[in-house]
Amino acid sequence: MAAGVATWMPFARAAAVGWLPLAQQTMPKPPVDKTSRSDEILFVNVSGLRFQTWKNTLDRYPDTLLGSSEKEFFYNEETQEYFFDRDPEMFRHILNFFRTGKLHYPRHECIQAFEEELAFYGIIPEIIGDCCMEEYRDRKKENQERLAEDTEAENAGDAPLPPDATLRDKLWRAFENPHTSTMALVFYYVTGFFIAVSVIANVVETVPCRPLKGSIKDLPCGEKFSVGFSCLDTACVLIFSCEYLMRLYAAPSRCDFARSVMSVIDVVAILPFYIGLVMPENEEVSGAFVTLRVFRVFRIFKFSRHSQGLRILGCTLQACASELGFLLFSLTMAVIIFATVMFYAEKGTKGTTFSSIPASFWYTIVTMTTLGYGDMVPDSIAGKIFGSICSLSGVLVIALPVPVIVSNFARIYHQNQRADKMRAQQKVRQARIRMAKKGATNAFLQHKEDGGLQGGDGDSTAFCVKNRSAFEHQHHHLLQCLEKTTNHEFTDEITYSEVCMMDSMGFRTSRSTSLSSQQGSTTTCCSRRAKRRAIRLANSTVSVSRGSVQELDTLHVTKTPVGTQYPQSRSSLNARTEDLKLNCTDYTAAIISIPTPPANSPDESLPNSPAIPGILRNSRSSTFNTQETVKISSL
Amino acid sequence: MWEILQDCWKSIPGEAGCENAKSVQSCHQGKDKIDDELEMTMVCHRPEGLEQLEAQTNFTKRELQILYRGFKNECPSGVVNEETFKHIYAQFFPHGDASTYAHYLFNAFDTTNNGSIKFEEFVMGLSTLLRGTMREKLEWTFHLYDINNDGYINREEMTEIVRAIYDMMGKYTYPALKGDVPKQHVDAFFQKMDKNKAGVVTLEEFIVACQEDEMMMRSMQLFENVM
Repeated sequence: MAAGVATWMPFARAAAVGWLPLAQQTMPKPPVDKTSRSDEILFVNVSGLRFQTWKNTLDRYPDTLLGSSEKEFFYNEETQEYFFDRDPEMFRHILNFFRTGKLHYPRHECIQAFEEELAFYGIIPEIIGDCCMEEYRDRKKENQERLAEDTEAENAGDAPLPPDATLRDKLWRAFENPHTSTMALVFYYVTGFFIAVSVIANVVETVPCRPLKGSIKDLPCGEKFSVGFSCLDTACVLIFSCEYLMRLYAAPSRCDFARSVMSVIDVVAILPFYIGLVMPENEEVSGAFVTLRVFRVFRIFKFSRHSQGLRILGCTLQACASELGFLLFSLTMAVIIFATVMFYAEKGTKGTTFSSIPASFWYTIVTMTTLGYGDMVPDSIAGKIFGSICSLSGVLVIALPVPVIVSNFARIYHQNQRADKMRAQQKVRQARIRMAKKGATNAFLQHKEDGGLQGGDGDSTAFCVKNRSAFEHQHHHLLQCLEKTTNHEFTDEITYSEVCMMDSMGFRTSRSTSLSSQQGSTTTCCSRRAKRRAIRLANSTVSVSRGSVQELDTLHVTKTPVGTQYPQSRSSLNARTEDLKLNCTDYTAAIISIPTPPANSPDESLPNSPAIPGILRNSRSSTFNTQETVKISSL
Repeated sequence: MWEILQDCWKSIPGEAGCENAKSVQSCHQGKDKIDDELEMTMVCHRPEGLEQLEAQTNFTKRELQILYRGFKNECPSGVVNEETFKHIYAQFFPHGDASTYAHYLFNAFDTTNNGSIKFEEFVMGLSTLLRGTMREKLEWTFHLYDINNDGYINREEMTEIVRAIYDMMGKYTYPALKGDVPKQHVDAFFQKMDKNKAGVVTLEEFIVACQEDEMMMRSMQLFENVM
């Protein structure tokens, strides 16, 4: 029920008195209205801007936030008002909706912001009034298209393939996005080159060359070097055929691919050759065959894969199909009218070129498009008069649909430009966003290193603590809880990448039993040793408090879940690094069992286990390292 | 595109421009409609002062204020025409067709019979219905039933009213409407009201009969707390 009608409820109920004489039963008791009937003014404070309205106004739409009891959640007892921490400018429109029953869309606002506000206040956007509905719909569609484009750009082009992509997927990828791999790029340019060669050959073979010895007539080059040209043609067709077959094989949906425009162009480009092979060398049939050769020129359309401009043009023509159709229709009408008139006007003239109405068509078209070849010219006065009217009207009829086509082209062109710009800037944007996110995670790691975890470990930590907001404290605490829960720890990208690198480099450097001097590349081998030792140690440290050892038993270095720093392709390396880390952690677990525990918490020491002291560059003090290594050697 | 050419054609005087496209005709019609609408919106009625209304009706100032605010919001021009009235009333009875009954209601409220209800008429009607004496209410109801305002309710008028009320029920009722239920209802009504079996009900007959009806009196009192 339209809420505005709620104000008429008392009237409708009063009018029910008119039914009473007819009623054959007693009327039911009316509902008791507990709320005070007298209207009151409500105060609504939206980010400092104070609005006042009648309670009745808000009650009109009981299924919105303001109309229902949901607004009580926002009631501020001290100031006796409803406080909303939202945009006050937008609230104006919301409140106007309650007042007038019509929702208007403010044109200068961002559509998403507006929709969010509507969602917050529980108003569905569908009730936007007719005056603003069109604008709203247009903007919304534009926005959605933009978002779709963006996600498409993100997903489609540059995302790396999942590692289990089949040959088919890879091939399709190479075809659709040539810039993803070198091979694809090479293929792209090679096909482009051959298209150009084929087209140029087609053109050149009709140029007259110097005649053969003993003959006077000029020969077209195609006949003089017929062998060469046919070889070239064959080669091009072979390459195009291969390309087409490969695309057909790689296409995820072969039916869709076969029906697409580009595939049709491909087929048309190579078909004449094959038809020519099949057809016999018959005189009368070869006439038709010659016609088929014309289709070779369609190879030039294959360039549209290489040129975005051509694609835009194609899109424009598609989008303006109705305007073009209208242009054609009106031109046809005008041509027929003027051709008829000219024919009859010139009928009397002797030896006139306007021999029939279809013959006059040519004159009309040439005149309307202001070409004016002059091969057909009216002689009679009437003919000249109508001829001039024809040329004037031609200008008008042709000029009218052109702006529509131009504006469509501009729109599509800008869209494409925008998409390209977005893609180019995407990488930079993502990099910057990643850096900002890193800042947050680094703060946590920094915090850990500074001994914040200890919580009250001397005065030195106290200073660090003060610099962090309550929010950061809670966030760090949360991350610590997560670490404890998963028995994994956060680390930074450098560490992780180094670990991966180490892992991939293998254990090839010279070994040294003295672990105290372990640095850099030798650490991997020592980690192997560490594993062996750890196994022994693990057994021997049973006596030590199980709790602490077990707690640290399987601590790994993991990818930080906050901020997707690590691309998917690293997943395959994960397992190995974890193994590696496992060695080190067991190793350090052994360290923990030493009666003299290190000053810093064991948690902290784990990521930069002494087995790999060189890896964490960021702030490990050398003393700390040596401290660790000393302990190792004591074992 | 079409519109540009149409505008050119429209400038050509006479039939030639008009017969080509339907849309051209509707353009013309549209223009007339706009003129009509302009005229209508010019009409803006302001009610008498608050004190006068308070004196004439049984509402307090506050109540009048609330009523007027609602009224003005719905009808900024200050008057309700029959279309709007029907539309509003139909909102309350979505199951059936309330337009006929709304028509009779409109006529009952429109005491000046000029095709539109001003705020004063609206408030007067409400005052009678909600705050009036029993006799006033019954008189008002009588006037509602008396469609042609001749002082008598005859069978046809009553049948119209009853049918209109049953129309508001819609098609899906329980028990289903079988036979000519409105007619039976009207017969029962006349049985009760028409004491001298004249075939018509006068105002006095009506009032007397209603006052004798205990049930009705009780029901009347139920509606007093609507405002």
